Amino acid sequence: MLKRRRLLITGLMCGIALLLSGCKFVLLDPKGMIAADEKRIMLTSILLMLIVVLPVIFLAFAIAWRYRESNKHATYAPEWSHNLLLEIIWWSIPCAIIATLATITWISSHRLDPYKPLAVKGEPLEIDVIALRWKWLFIYPKQTIATVNFIQFPVNVPVRFMITAEGPMNSFQIPQLGGQIYAMAGMQTKLHLIANAVGDYDGISANFSGDGFSDMKFIARVTTKAQFDQWVKTVKQSKATLTSDAYNQLVVPSIKHPQQSFSAVNKTIFETVVMKTMMPMTEGNIK
Amino acid sequence: MMQKILFGNLTWQAIPFNNPIIMGAAVFMVAIILLIIGALFYFKQWKTLWTEWLTTVDHKKIGLMYIILAFVMLVRGLIDAAMMRLQQAIAVGDSMGYLPPEHYDQIFTAHGVIMIFFMAMPFMFGLINIVLPLQIGARDVAFPFLNSLSFWLAVVGAVLLNISLVIGDFAATGWLAYPPLSELAYSPGVGVDYYIMALQISGIGTLLSGINFVVTILKMRCPGMTLMKMPVFVWTSLCSMILVILAFPVLTVTLALLCFDRYFGMHFFTADAGGNAMMYINLIWIWGHPEVYILILPAFGIYSEVVATFSKKYLFGYATMVWATACITLLAFSVWLHHFFTMGAGANVNAFFGIATMVISVPTGVKVFNWLFTMYRGRITFTTPMLWTMGFISTFAIGGMTGVLMAVPAIDYQVHNSLFLIAHFHNAIIGGVLFGYLAGLTYWFPKVFGFKLNETLGRYAFWSWIIGFYVAFLPVYLLGMMGMTRRLSHYDAATGWHPFLVVAAIGVLIICGGVLFQVAQLLVSIKNRASYRDVTGDPWDGRTLEWSIASPAPFYNFAITPHVNSRDAFWQAKQEGSHQSETKPQYEDIHMPKNTGVGFIIAVFSGIFGFAAVWHIVWLSIVGLAGAIITVIVRSFNMEVDYYLKADDVERMERERQSMITQMATKAACCGSVATQPQILNTQNI
Amino acid sequence: MTQAATHADHSDDTDIFGFWIYILSDCILFASLFAVFAVLQSNVYGGPGIKELSNLSYVLIETMVLLASSFTYGLSILSVYKNAKYRVLFYLGLTFLLGASFVGMEINEFTHLFLEGHTWQSSAALSSFFALVGTHGLHVSIGLLWMLLLMAQLITFGMTPVISRRLTYLGLFWAFLDIIWIFVFTIVYLMGSI
Repeated sequence: MLKRRRLLITGLMCGIALLLSGCKFVLLDPKGMIAADEKRIMLTSILLMLIVVLPVIFLAFAIAWRYRESNKHATYAPEWSHNLLLEIIWWSIPCAIIATLATITWISSHRLDPYKPLAVKGEPLEIDVIALRWKWLFIYPKQTIATVNFIQFPVNVPVRFMITAEGPMNSFQIPQLGGQIYAMAGMQTKLHLIANAVGDYDGISANFSGDGFSDMKFIARVTTKAQFDQWVKTVKQSKATLTSDAYNQLVVPSIKHPQQSFSAVNKTIFETVVMKTMMPMTEGNIK
Repeated sequence: MMQKILFGNLTWQAIPFNNPIIMGAAVFMVAIILLIIGALFYFKQWKTLWTEWLTTVDHKKIGLMYIILAFVMLVRGLIDAAMMRLQQAIAVGDSMGYLPPEHYDQIFTAHGVIMIFFMAMPFMFGLINIVLPLQIGARDVAFPFLNSLSFWLAVVGAVLLNISLVIGDFAATGWLAYPPLSELAYSPGVGVDYYIMALQISGIGTLLSGINFVVTILKMRCPGMTLMKMPVFVWTSLCSMILVILAFPVLTVTLALLCFDRYFGMHFFTADAGGNAMMYINLIWIWGHPEVYILILPAFGIYSEVVATFSKKYLFGYATMVWATACITLLAFSVWLHHFFTMGAGANVNAFFGIATMVISVPTGVKVFNWLFTMYRGRITFTTPMLWTMGFISTFAIGGMTGVLMAVPAIDYQVHNSLFLIAHFHNAIIGGVLFGYLAGLTYWFPKVFGFKLNETLGRYAFWSWIIGFYVAFLPVYLLGMMGMTRRLSHYDAATGWHPFLVVAAIGVLIICGGVLFQVAQLLVSIKNRASYRDVTGDPWDGRTLEWSIASPAPFYNFAITPHVNSRDAFWQAKQEGSHQSETKPQYEDIHMPKNTGVGFIIAVFSGIFGFAAVWHIVWLSIVGLAGAIITVIVRSFNMEVDYYLKADDVERMERERQSMITQMATKAACCGSVATQPQILNTQNI
Repeated sequence: MTQAATHADHSDDTDIFGFWIYILSDCILFASLFAVFAVLQSNVYGGPGIKELSNLSYVLIETMVLLASSFTYGLSILSVYKNAKYRVLFYLGLTFLLGASFVGMEINEFTHLFLEGHTWQSSAALSSFFALVGTHGLHVSIGLLWMLLLMAQLITFGMTPVISRRLTYLGLFWAFLDIIWIFVFTIVYLMGSI
């Protein structure tokens, strides 16, 4: 039985090695400070826990093998069922590991709090996010432009996302840059991210929100500052503007919604969307 | 107009005639039902069905029916899983797979609901029902009638869910039906209503069972069995049922409020008029986290029994195991927020719940050492139950590790709702809960049926399951690291996820092979039952009281209530030789409950109510509700609900059974299969 | 003691313990509803909250009526111990009338709110009010129905051990509902109003 086990594990390792070659382990390939930090914590925690898990698995096989019935050499002590020292050992080691992990947890929860502004010089770029069915609307309040399913921002500049939703809950995430935060109707959540390498990164919704969920993706393009400014200028030449009518059009459910750009934005849209579940809006619509 | 009053919202459009998959499933289900009905007519078993099964209040029969329900729903849930894996294995790039999102969304919702509510819970209640009274030396549970009601309510819930496949839709929201998606505005169909009714009806049954078992354990133990002398399985069942009593009312309220939103236009969780969907998430997980402990604790108890029995040794550190279980029970209510770290509760709150989650992992994990050191210096035989246990130890260690990993909020921000999460909880539930229940099933099977299961096929089943599990879920862990989120019905080729999903699909097929082996095992064992016969009632050289009576157990369990004075009382008695006595046993009258169909009838009316409520058929829902209430009232006027089994009859039945055992043993001995000589068991002086 | 008697005593203890456990689960149910109320009571969606809409003196009368019904139920239990069947029926009848008055007053309150346009559809706050207070009222109504049934059974079967045990259950249930009402009265109507 044990030999078959060993064969199984070897086979599995080979299979894994094969599959892993040339694969995009996005979570292990961070492109931003936050994601890099999260990856470090993940690997540290795994190593800490393997201290217990590996011996346990080894012990399981070793003890089972040694004390199998056919092995008459092994001691048989049917009445032996207490040992204070052993219990102290196997309670205190896990406790010590958990205490270490708890410390890591406390410190990292505060350091990586999505609401905490990044300890990076420079004015953060603000992007407001509204999760709709089934697309992402992005509003740049300072630049007064808006986009659907696409954002661009400069490298090494902190970005502050202010996030809400219209309708079902979603979760805003750009995995290679950092963790996620839920997008909820009537609430405003925040996420601070930064990209430290240029490139195009996938953005997703990480909370199921209905039939069009699988296509609720966006691209986060990270470029130089100059390229970003150029892009803003281009968007400002779009024909479409995000009026309240245009917004209400976007609220209508659609699947695989194409990318869109808006050269001007009705500034009250975001705040209204956040507030409207709690207070009746005058005329029930965006002013 | 008349149509609206008579049929509510129900029309022929509710049946998806143009969907070949659903129609195929419908034909299949109807065919099986017709087959069963046909068999009942052919073998003339209608009366037996009513008198022996539909009206039974015997915990052993009710437990067996629970397990049958669990197995049927396991097959349905596995088919859902296979369909999901197949879809994800082919829906890459331009391909949308063979399941449109509307259908795929219902399948993953149904898969989760079935596996938790209609597979794991019934399986657990089945095992506890069969074993618990036997282990504490009792004749039945505290409230046998309520026991029957609980079972039939669970069946009705499962039936409603299966009806939703054919008539209407099921929920397409995920197994916990988060609002606002599950509100009327975003789920206007009947799916979420079916979900609510199925869970509420079976939930009442679950709560009643929780009360039933707690009272049984605390009030009906045989003389001498103090709390610290109970088998560990009884301890874990007690703690699990305490969690049921404390957690299920929260689920009832939460689903009821969602129901009020959908039916009466209230605004608890809606995306307007002040509704707060976060409140639902909090409440549902205040139930949801204890729920997973409800499922795992009895499995831990089973492992304790199996390891001790097949190592021929006392469980190491009994007291620690009990205290660890009690700690887990208390702490189970302090960790729920770890299911939504990403909802923005703030660093302090997140850190607190993360640390609490890690703290609870200590008593959980430490149990493994107790089991390992029970095996240490033992004499281990690797029977099928022991194999399942060994499989559990290695598998659950990984599942627990990934759980503690996700308890660190900073890590969870990356992997929440990803396939890493999926792999973790399947790891813990399959490797922990299901392996445990399957160990229990193979361990206690002889007690229920009087013969053992075929060991070879049991082995094949185990290996298929564990290999299938790893092939299916190791890729899923990796996919989580590759940024794949859950519940996707299709994806781009550029992600690189495709090969992993193909491997995962193969894994599910291997697991299905495991189930086929289990079916084969059952059939072969039934065919050869004469040679697998358990003559003595103690096929494993067991340690606890259930092995001190015959297999199958007589309907009154113990002819004479046992008296115990130690842990592993039966083992102790065997060591001292006091389980065999020459003195004539003193029989007394036994108080037994009468069979009744009332539980079944109430459940049927509840089902009518549930179905009518889903389709807004007002008159029919009144009929259902009134019918259930009136049945309760009629039952309450019935004062003849029990009877006494006379001492003489008990003596006669015991003597008949012992002579039958002697006959079978002689036959078996001469045919060379069962080696031991029959032991005339006297339970009086254990 | 005969076998039957010992078993009946043992059984009584077990059954009443079981009923206490059920009451515990009902406590959790109400606790959840209170939690929902606490969170949602300020989500008035621009409209009035229940504190503005309720009449404290009216609610005080409701409270007194319900407390009085608990007292009369206690008197009926005392009569059970004395095996005085007709006195039990009398006090049960009185309890029923008081309980029914409570429910009637509550239905009246709800109807008034409804007709004034403050329905459970108006806001989350009002939804949580109607759900919490309504669930309590529903429990009381079920208790009233149960009371009628027990009175009928008392007349039919006389004061048997089974009937007296059931009267104990109902007594526990009734007292429990009283305690829940104290919390309702305090949290829903009183707190922040004085």
